[in-house]
Amino acid sequence: MTAPIPTHVIKQHLIDPEICIRCNTCEETCPIDAITHDSNNYVVNPEICNSCMACVPPCPTGAIDNWLKVLSDQAYGMDAQFGWNELPAEQALDETPAVAPAAVITVSIDSGDDPANDLQGMPSTSAGASIPPWSAAHPYVNLYTHKNPVMATVVGNYRVTDEDTESDIHHIVLDFGDAPFPVLEGQSIAVFPPGADSAGRAYHARQYSIASPRDGERPRYNNLSLTVKRVTAGYDGKPILGVCSNYLCDLKKNDTVQVIGPFGNTFLMPNQEDSNLIMICTGTGSAPMRAMTERCRRLVKDKGFSGKLMLFFGARTQRELPYFGPLMNLPKDFIDINLALSRSTDQPKRYVQDLIRERAGEVAALLESDKTCIYVCGLKGMEAGVIDALQDVVSGAGRHWLDVHSQLKSQGRLHFETY
Amino acid sequence: MSGINYSEKIPNNVNLSGDRALQRALEHWQPNYLQWWQEMGPEGAQNFDVYLRTAVSVQPDGWANFDHVKMPDYRWGIFLAPQDGNRKAHFGEHIGRDVWQEAPGEHRANLRRIIVTQGDTEPASVEQQRHLGLTAPSQYDLRNLFQVNVEEGRHLWAMVYLLHRYFGRDGREEADALLQRNSGDQDSPRILGAFNEKTPDWLAFYMFTYFTDRDGKFQLCALAESSFDPLARTTKFMLTEEAHHMFVGESGVSRVLQRTCEVMNQLKTDDPAALRAAGVIDLPTVQRYLNFHYSVTIDLFGADQSSNAAIFYSSGLKGRYEESKRTDDHQLKNDTYRVLEVANGQLREIEVPMLNALNEVLRDDFIRDSMAGIGRWNKVMEKNGIAFRLRVPHKAFNRKIGTLAGIRVSPEGEVLSDEQWKNHENSWLPTAEDRAFVASLMGRVVEPGKFANWIAPPVIGVNRQPINFEYVRFN
Ligand SMILES: Cc1cc2nc3c(=O)[nH]c(=O)nc-3n(C[C@H](O)[C@H](O)[C@H](O)COP(=O)(O)OP(=O)(O)OC[C@H]3O[C@@H](n4cnc5c(N)ncnc54)[C@H](O)[C@@H]3O)c2cc1C
Ligand code: SF4
Ligand code: SF4
Repeated sequence: MTAPIPTHVIKQHLIDPEICIRCNTCEETCPIDAITHDSNNYVVNPEICNSCMACVPPCPTGAIDNWLKVLSDQAYGMDAQFGWNELPAEQALDETPAVAPAAVITVSIDSGDDPANDLQGMPSTSAGASIPPWSAAHPYVNLYTHKNPVMATVVGNYRVTDEDTESDIHHIVLDFGDAPFPVLEGQSIAVFPPGADSAGRAYHARQYSIASPRDGERPRYNNLSLTVKRVTAGYDGKPILGVCSNYLCDLKKNDTVQVIGPFGNTFLMPNQEDSNLIMICTGTGSAPMRAMTERCRRLVKDKGFSGKLMLFFGARTQRELPYFGPLMNLPKDFIDINLALSRSTDQPKRYVQDLIRERAGEVAALLESDKTCIYVCGLKGMEAGVIDALQDVVSGAGRHWLDVHSQLKSQGRLHFETY
Repeated sequence: MSGINYSEKIPNNVNLSGDRALQRALEHWQPNYLQWWQEMGPEGAQNFDVYLRTAVSVQPDGWANFDHVKMPDYRWGIFLAPQDGNRKAHFGEHIGRDVWQEAPGEHRANLRRIIVTQGDTEPASVEQQRHLGLTAPSQYDLRNLFQVNVEEGRHLWAMVYLLHRYFGRDGREEADALLQRNSGDQDSPRILGAFNEKTPDWLAFYMFTYFTDRDGKFQLCALAESSFDPLARTTKFMLTEEAHHMFVGESGVSRVLQRTCEVMNQLKTDDPAALRAAGVIDLPTVQRYLNFHYSVTIDLFGADQSSNAAIFYSSGLKGRYEESKRTDDHQLKNDTYRVLEVANGQLREIEVPMLNALNEVLRDDFIRDSMAGIGRWNKVMEKNGIAFRLRVPHKAFNRKIGTLAGIRVSPEGEVLSDEQWKNHENSWLPTAEDRAFVASLMGRVVEPGKFANWIAPPVIGVNRQPINFEYVRFN
């Protein structure tokens, strides 16, 4: 079933993030919009770039003139490039013998030279910590890679936003049967959509956060859930059908899916009974928050958790908020929920950062404790606003943001996953 | 039309010879310009062959042509990005209408003012940098200094062309005045404060090109959105050159940091005195320079609330940074923005109408952009295993313009009394001793491939040339 994909060596056009000064000249120059950027990096979309070289002479730094040999099915995706701090080393391209069979688990936390590295959910801003909280459970990563993906079976797929809203978000449950697939809250997996692009290249895998706790969507089953938003328009608003999200949202029960992962070794929850979690998310960024919340809820039942949960959740309207019903049924003394609706008819527009400022007192009080961790997940555009709001909260409480911030980072207590 | 005609006295791609009166007027201005360059341009460097990038067309494949060029013969000229016949105004009250090819009567005065203000900054940086040629830490850096300078000179040309071509007699007078004002001159200083500050040493130069030329980038980006098409096209092409200036700054500071970190690790010390004795610039001094240049530069964006900014925007003269990538209504009449003010000895944010806050919006865009680069500087220390991190000071620190002018605020954002300020000023802003120390390191290094002790070599050479390439032939 894992049909072999014909691969060949290509020279992938990449920008050296250590040299690039983010001047935008290349993006301005590229005639076919193959270059784009986020707050961290300028990147070349391997699916668009045709190596025309138009961007090379105008680049003032030479950062643009990098061509790395990769296997065609292992080209670095944009998500990976956005997270880079430096160019990866060139892959050794002599085919290595087949990897250990799936049953033999090779464990590594350092995914250093693994080709699946390009999918690593790197913290997307340097604003976040690069280490997990000290008490976090030990994660397994890269158990399954491009060379030995695992098949999962769909055991559930339903919509979690109101039928008549624009955002079609699905809750998808995948079962791994006998294949070991241990995960922690906050990790992600990646899915290979079947088929190939117009140039005949197999699609690259898309990454999704796990929405269920470590013991499974259904406890003690070898399964997990995802929260997938059907992409029907690109970031620029132009209609376009996202390859993988549509594939996933349309899956039927008993369909099988090719998965690699798990990924992520920092966006992890603390494992102390009295830790506090501040969770800040928009849209499908709720997936890891759901996982963590559900983990705590299960622990509370056995008196295994006594910390505070505070959630800031942004969506356009209530009905576009995934998991709205179940969320609202959670006891108020268990989780402090703050909804920021930007297009609600009966309230002024509010964004998560507005709510963080409104609840400055409570947030600041939680931040007093080094048992408090902050998680931010969702749209890339929210990072700056959230950081600004946190900064205001901290300075409002008479503390120095830069000090608090560097503490949060060095103690692995502030985490970003945005896309 | 893409090629630039270099056989003309004034190289251009605007068919200058088709407009005799204009051509004569500019040919009249040109000797004054050359005179200005002789007097105010890089000192003691009039006869070198420098490995420069020159545009031979405004198309991507043509604007980066590298060769050794004799300094006074650099072909300053008039290059506009190609015209897009269908461009429409995309913000303000004229949204959706064709852009203007001539300056509309009712906006003439404002447009002229915008162009003069921009134009004034270009020769100013050349003047500020004029002594640096004597203390360049390497041939590579000397070459970069020249590149920056000739491009600033060319940007002046671009603005002068607009003034002559579109603003009649007033425009010609303004163009003359651009050569009469001088940076730091008691009687006729440059229009904006930062352009009257000295750039006495190379650390200041790198900070200037990092921060102040980045102001240029944001101003040019805002002007590149203009509904006055010739202005939009001119600034679009200028932006391609501005990028190099920021590169000089970003990589320059990075190399200073790299060298300091190396010596810190060799000597196993972070004691500034020991590091100074070893001939490198200690990190707290770099931070103080950063504080100074950052705060002086963010003043360049103007008052935090400005009715002029609102008028410029509504009438379509000056857009926001990346206007076309924003998804709001591009009118902003009902929007608000948060700006800082001081009330009861505390800084706080207040909401003001967005249109009046557009200077602040641009300033905040600038701040985000500069902070990202500082994050990259900090990677140098991170990689060298050194705990020190550079930080941008608070937005209200050391401000001279707008609501925050004159208010004493620490780099962390606490409002201070005059006395508290005085007690700390020396640890926040470069002192006379700092400047004297940095100046003491400035000695000329001219041998190819050699670098002054206080700075690391660059990662790659210009146009992929080796580091020890002969970037400057002294003749
Ligand atoms: C660490 C990580 C975790 C993620 N977690 C989740 C998750 O839990 N749930 C989830 O739904 N997605 C998640 N994503 C995003 C996901 O990986 C895919 O990018 C997304 O599903 C779109 O893939 P596609 O194949 O449908 O679209 P593509 O065919 O890849 O892209 C089609 C077009 O849509 C644009 N586009 C891509 N993603 C989006 C988007 N999110 N919104 C708007 N336009 C977009 C692209 O630029 C392109 O123009 C995560 C990404 C990362 C990096
Ligand atoms: S032109 Fe070069 S330096 Fe500028 S953003 Fe692109 S790659 Fe980076
Ligand atoms: S090589 Fe051509 S297509 Fe590729 S990024 Fe550069 S300009 Fe765009």
